[in-house]
Amino acid sequence: MAPKRQNLEPDDVTTPLRAPEAPTKGVTSGVSSRRGDAVFSLLSRGSGILVLIIMGAIGLFLLWKAIPALRVNSANFLTSSEWFPDDSPATFGIAALAFGTLISSIIAMLIAVPIGLGVALYTAHYAPKRIAPTLGYVVDLLAAVPSIIFGLWGLQVLMPNTVDLWKWLDDHLGFIPIFQNSEDIYTRSIAIASVVLAIMILPTVTAISREVFAQVPTGHIEAALALGATRWETMRTAVFPFSRPGMVSASMLGLGRALGETIAVALILSATFRINLQITEPGGNTFAANIALKWNEAGTIGLGALIASGLVLYVITFAVNMAARLVIERRRDFSGAN
Amino acid sequence: MNRSTLRRGLVPVGIVLSLALALSACGDSNDSAGSGGNSSIDCTTGSIKASGSTAQKNAVAEWVNAYQSACPGATINYQGVGSSAGVADFINKQTAFAGSDSALKDEEQGKADDRCSTGPAINIPMVGGAITLAYNVAGVDSLTLTPTVIAGIFNGSITKWNDPKIVAINSGVTLPSATIAQFHRTDGSGTTDNFTKYLAAAAPTAWTLGNSKEWKAKGGQGAKGNDGVASAIKSTDNAIGYVELSFAQDANLKVAAVDNGGGAVEPNADTASAALAKATRDGSGDNIKLKIDYTINDADAYPIVLVAYEITCQKGLASSDQALTKSFLTYTASDDAQGLLADIGYVPIAGQLLTDVRASVASIS
Repeated sequence: MAPKRQNLEPDDVTTPLRAPEAPTKGVTSGVSSRRGDAVFSLLSRGSGILVLIIMGAIGLFLLWKAIPALRVNSANFLTSSEWFPDDSPATFGIAALAFGTLISSIIAMLIAVPIGLGVALYTAHYAPKRIAPTLGYVVDLLAAVPSIIFGLWGLQVLMPNTVDLWKWLDDHLGFIPIFQNSEDIYTRSIAIASVVLAIMILPTVTAISREVFAQVPTGHIEAALALGATRWETMRTAVFPFSRPGMVSASMLGLGRALGETIAVALILSATFRINLQITEPGGNTFAANIALKWNEAGTIGLGALIASGLVLYVITFAVNMAARLVIERRRDFSGAN
Repeated sequence: MNRSTLRRGLVPVGIVLSLALALSACGDSNDSAGSGGNSSIDCTTGSIKASGSTAQKNAVAEWVNAYQSACPGATINYQGVGSSAGVADFINKQTAFAGSDSALKDEEQGKADDRCSTGPAINIPMVGGAITLAYNVAGVDSLTLTPTVIAGIFNGSITKWNDPKIVAINSGVTLPSATIAQFHRTDGSGTTDNFTKYLAAAAPTAWTLGNSKEWKAKGGQGAKGNDGVASAIKSTDNAIGYVELSFAQDANLKVAAVDNGGGAVEPNADTASAALAKATRDGSGDNIKLKIDYTINDADAYPIVLVAYEITCQKGLASSDQALTKSFLTYTASDDAQGLLADIGYVPIAGQLLTDVRASVASIS
């Protein structure tokens, strides 16, 4: 496989992508432009540092507000799955929240990423030139729909109309734990929330991967075609290797949105603090939905507890993005992008 | 400070959610507000801010509407940010009064007293409410429930509509053998708090989970907000859930009569008002904290009631806020203002309690 790919990606093809190294006419004259350089580099460095400071400040703020509540918590914050912070003694833990957040986001990814990449590939390389921009526009439009609308749609349209689907899954695939439903109630479940999340992250995944697919140098594709590759072989040998880091970051941005999505999930879920693998049963809860649901009426410790859970979400999101960066860094060498 | 800033971020969500409700509430009540009431308004000019309980938001909106149309120079801005946030805003001197589902707790009372430079902060009961058991069972048009049966349904020990315990208190009603779809709140709420207070007081052996703003029982399904529970009941066969009276009325849901031992009582503004009027006082004087008797078994008193307070300074409110606050609260305690409540699903304050509320408002200086 490897040698063949090298044949398809001669170095010179990628040169147009590089930033031109020779001085261009804008940077020729003397002192004034040097001062401009200094100011600009100061500005950009400042912005970079500012972002770090803001990130750190958010983390510190969350920690600062969370500590008083964590001190009086009589349950284990990480492994307990109760949420009664305003009782005395206060007991709260994020186990069920973490479980619900991760499983709903993972299912949403499993649905949205293949579809999103498919749509992106179609609009970038398969669709007739007349249709492609319209199709792309329609998918982008999905991103402009406010999440509350997705939530209401999920609650009023998707939920009643998918009961039969979940029931069918229970009846025929019930031996698989996640499709089993021992309550015979098929509404307000993690499964429904995941489908709504999938639709919400679809435009993110699609828009970014479409841009990436569109950037594959024509030379790569033409070379592949010239060597007799079929459409699919061209995608596999020229488009995918070039786009892999972009596909990963598209997915990760989608995951980030799914992890943090609040109101749509809060509307749909019958929020419970129970770790339940049977995802078609009512129940489940996520970090963001729980904060939205409990914030208004929370007492002093309750607010601290919610902020502590926010801190965990912050850390998880951070970790996900770090992991994505690592993947991208590692793949870059093999991608043909350089 | 951080608390209130963060909360504000969540407010738009609430606004969007309640938009439909607010719009419909305006539609059928504006005319009644315009016609009555102006004689009881002693106009003052100026502008005050207030915030707190979302439960009383529609009532306050109605009153503000009537007051402002009678007094063009006055502006009252009430934000429904939730009770605890409202109390925090008041303590932080951001508002002239707070709306709250519960009277100030002891530790809050101290902070609120400090906020009022020369005098104590007082709780004034102003808006009553009733929590109904709304249901949606085909072929069942009247239903009576006892505290023990309600507790059984909500703690999961009664699961079928034709359970012998339900049948025994509903002679003449044909109940299906269907499974009960029980709905509760997923968000922290004063409704849940008051409903579980009722269960803990009236059915102490069947309900052992005490009271809290969070729903603690296992089983059933949850939905967000009174409106969420009401629409879930409406769209689910064989459902039952607890919602405040106005939401049951708006959604055209059938509601159960409750029999506390003195016969079945239908929930409505009159029966709930009768129960509120019989509440006892916690403490004395102009700071009126009510202790509702949930075990009341009068034949005309619906027992699952709640009361929302306005919290302000008896003395020591900033002089710019004081006149308008007093004028507005004097209006809200008037017969005209209380008379608007029943139409929008709230419960008016009545009897001796209303007299005491007026005395309390009059003591603001």
